[in-house]
Amino acid sequence: MIWNEEFETLPREALEALQLKRLQATVERVYVNVPFYKKKFDEQGVTPADIKSLSDLQKLPFTVKNDLRDNYPFGLFSVPMSRVVRVHGSSGTTGKPIVVGYTKRDIDTWAELMARTLTCAGIHRGDIVHNAYGYGLFTGGLGAHYGAEKIGASVIPISGGNTKRQITIMKDFAPTAITCTPSYLLHLADVAKDMGFDPAVDFNIRAGCFGAEPWSEKMRDQLEKIFNLDAVDIYGLTEVIGPGVSSGCLEAKSGLHVFEDHFIPEIIDPETGEVLPDGEKGELVFTSITKEAFPVIRYRTRDITSLNPTPCVCGRTFKRMERITGRSDDMLIIRGVNVFPSQIESVLMDIEGIEPHYQLIVDREGTLDTLEVRVEVNEKIFSDEVKQLESLERKVTNDIKETIGTTCRCKLVEPKSIPRSEGKAQRVIDKRSI
Amino acid sequence: MKVEQISVFVENKSGRLSEVTRVLGNAGVNIRALSIADSSDFGILRIIVNDNDKAVEVLKANDFTVSKTEVVAIEVPDSPGGLASILDILEREGLNVEYMYAFVERSSNNALIVFRFDENDRAIQVLTSNGITIVNGSNVYSL
Ligand SMILES: [Zn+2]
Repeated sequence: MIWNEEFETLPREALEALQLKRLQATVERVYVNVPFYKKKFDEQGVTPADIKSLSDLQKLPFTVKNDLRDNYPFGLFSVPMSRVVRVHGSSGTTGKPIVVGYTKRDIDTWAELMARTLTCAGIHRGDIVHNAYGYGLFTGGLGAHYGAEKIGASVIPISGGNTKRQITIMKDFAPTAITCTPSYLLHLADVAKDMGFDPAVDFNIRAGCFGAEPWSEKMRDQLEKIFNLDAVDIYGLTEVIGPGVSSGCLEAKSGLHVFEDHFIPEIIDPETGEVLPDGEKGELVFTSITKEAFPVIRYRTRDITSLNPTPCVCGRTFKRMERITGRSDDMLIIRGVNVFPSQIESVLMDIEGIEPHYQLIVDREGTLDTLEVRVEVNEKIFSDEVKQLESLERKVTNDIKETIGTTCRCKLVEPKSIPRSEGKAQRVIDKRSI
Repeated sequence: MKVEQISVFVENKSGRLSEVTRVLGNAGVNIRALSIADSSDFGILRIIVNDNDKAVEVLKANDFTVSKTEVVAIEVPDSPGGLASILDILEREGLNVEYMYAFVERSSNNALIVFRFDENDRAIQVLTSNGITIVNGSNVYSL
């Protein structure tokens, strides 16, 4: 099923014509309304009149997260506050938070995008949606909420936390769909099992939209098995609009369609800033072309992916971005080797019996980086013989060495000793002080 | 003829072993025999208790990973060469001992030792045919 057949299946030529028209209007607006953009365009010697084709987008300067911090809180808004009906933000772990704004029309656009996303995952009117994304400054909760109401589903605005109560509600209200982070779904499964439920049998959930943190294909298989549901990955970030920038589709479950009638994606070489052709891996960059309150021009997401223009079985004509392997912020450099936590996750999921609760501890001994992979011991991998457990540790170490090329130490730990997240999982603890 | 042993995964950090004994004690479970095998990071605590089901239940409820293994409890004459004579039989028959440990309590006048073989059933057969006394689980739990 496709929510907006007309736009989501536009022939590429018509789509590109629409993109150009919208891009020109956006560039014109930010040049006039946002001093930050005017200054940067002027420094680069480019004016809105120079944007004559889509490839002229490359003439425009990039925007980075620090630009948002520097203009905190409302400096990049392109409309007066009297037209802003909502603000969201992300706290970020370091430094000042970032703030974004929405006009009435932006909120409608966002609801449309999330309606498309939920439809991509096979969620429709008649579904009961358990929305466990956090409500608040974070975009996840309200983003999914408005989309679910737009398609006419019944929303349970449960938000994050209070997991036992969530399980009770899952049992009693029998939601058919769920939206949350993948790591929170795992946590829900654990708590449900502790309460004596089998999530595959005792709950009615058959579809889910999961995002807000990188996760692997193996994790999808696990989640689908545990809950007996179809898991679709969704992508978005506060700076661009929130969730609803791109979405996987139920039909292909391979890559995420970027809603290109609202956002133009580019892939660049993170070192040189050069635009890379479709299919090549690099940093994902977005330009919003319909947003009013908070347009972004060539915003560098720090996410690493590639774009796939080949037609999809679902009929949508939008390019698909490959599942995010990691944020360039998440990328660990261990003894000169680039490592994404999601790569290690894939290796672990391939080992029979290991559960997706793991943590990576990076440290430095002398001048040498060390990586410790902590894995919880469950009944499936436990043995009463030390040599069996030691051989499991060796297998983890060897498999990681073979697939990723980095040396690590595997440490088996007691169940539930790795902290469970109610939002984004903290997979990495980097103790190196540089 | 076999005895059920409970194995518990414990990290090598202070307080974990006493936590296991505290959990069992609070549930009124008595430990009959105990041994620890460890690596640098973790240990496997092997215990024989008076109430297996209860022990597994309370340990799991306290987030420990546990498993049950079948072991063999053997009466060993409490005299010089008592254990050696048993080990001789095992060696002659090519039976592998994965690990072994002793009970605190005695059975009649003999020491009681727990063996884990790679082939428990064959070991029982060989030992009984050599006149060695194997002690039943029910007798062991209630020692
Ligand atoms: Zn598709």
